Amino acid sequence: MEKKLPKIEIIEKYCKGCHICVEFCPTKVLEMQGFVAAVKNLEACIKCMQCELRCPDFAIKVITE
Amino acid sequence: MAFNYEKWLRPGKLPHIWCPGCGHGIVMKGLIRAFETLQLKKEDTALVSGIGCASRLPGYIDCCTLHTAHGRAAAFATGVKMAKPEMNVILVGGDGDGTAIGGNHFIHACRRNIDMTYIILNNYIYGMTGGQFSPCTPTGHKASTTPYGNPDPGFDIAKLAIGAGATFVARGTAFHANQIDKLIVEAIQHKGFSVVEILDDCPTTYGRRNKYKSVIEMMNRLKEVAVPVKAAEKMTAEQLQGKVLTGVLYKEEKAHYTDEYAKVIERAQAAK
Repeated sequence: MEKKLPKIEIIEKYCKGCHICVEFCPTKVLEMQGFVAAVKNLEACIKCMQCELRCPDFAIKVITE
Repeated sequence: MAFNYEKWLRPGKLPHIWCPGCGHGIVMKGLIRAFETLQLKKEDTALVSGIGCASRLPGYIDCCTLHTAHGRAAAFATGVKMAKPEMNVILVGGDGDGTAIGGNHFIHACRRNIDMTYIILNNYIYGMTGGQFSPCTPTGHKASTTPYGNPDPGFDIAKLAIGAGATFVARGTAFHANQIDKLIVEAIQHKGFSVVEILDDCPTTYGRRNKYKSVIEMMNRLKEVAVPVKAAEKMTAEQLQGKVLTGVLYKEEKAHYTDEYAKVIERAQAAK
């Protein structure tokens, strides 16, 4: 069965580039592109929501369904 | 599913003023999740704050909010609670605002055991006013007013609150984000004065003066020092050296001021 991938929405206007989401993602889904976070490897996402939970700037949303 | 924070945010206020990597935003999200879990009504919820970085928080949240004088959040909040005892009154402030400038109001709110919840965001420094040392700055650490290291020992906010008479005291950290809302939910449900201390990071005025290379290093420090209360029971005093306990540290059921004052009103009316 094909794995259902979530949609990771990053609001660039809100992102201040603190690196928290990139650093604490257990499967290294995110990376920094310039000053803002971006999705690098969506396939690895385990939907743990840690990036959404820890983003201090309300800039990440993990939409699972 | 992504959590809908927008319901509790004032439109057009984001991005907020806090620096990149500041944990205050993480705590604000925890507070919103707690409001949602408890299904609070906006018109029955009052968020009161003093002055400081942490005290900017109520400005972003869409409920009854009050931004007051430096350190006076507890005094204003007491007024709100006395006038409208059915309201959920939540105070937000920093360590300097709560324990130095508002120290007097803080200990007396604890002593009265008035049914309110005080969330103290402890980042060990006065961030907004330029990085002066606060009563929570650890010994030897640098601030703009202690360039050769702080000679004072820091306050333990939890012990201070317990000693002053608060009946619910908990501690969390900005790193342990999923614990924040659970502690706040329990604190709001508790009848009496509840204190929730959240250890936070200030990369701008505290971190760079104390050789923290990045936000990540500060977050990792929070991760390392925090020990849950239950895990600490099995640890020796040596292992607990330099660690900070997290979770619910103290809980007691006691008569609280709002109820006691209602009885005074009853007695006064009966005596007429």
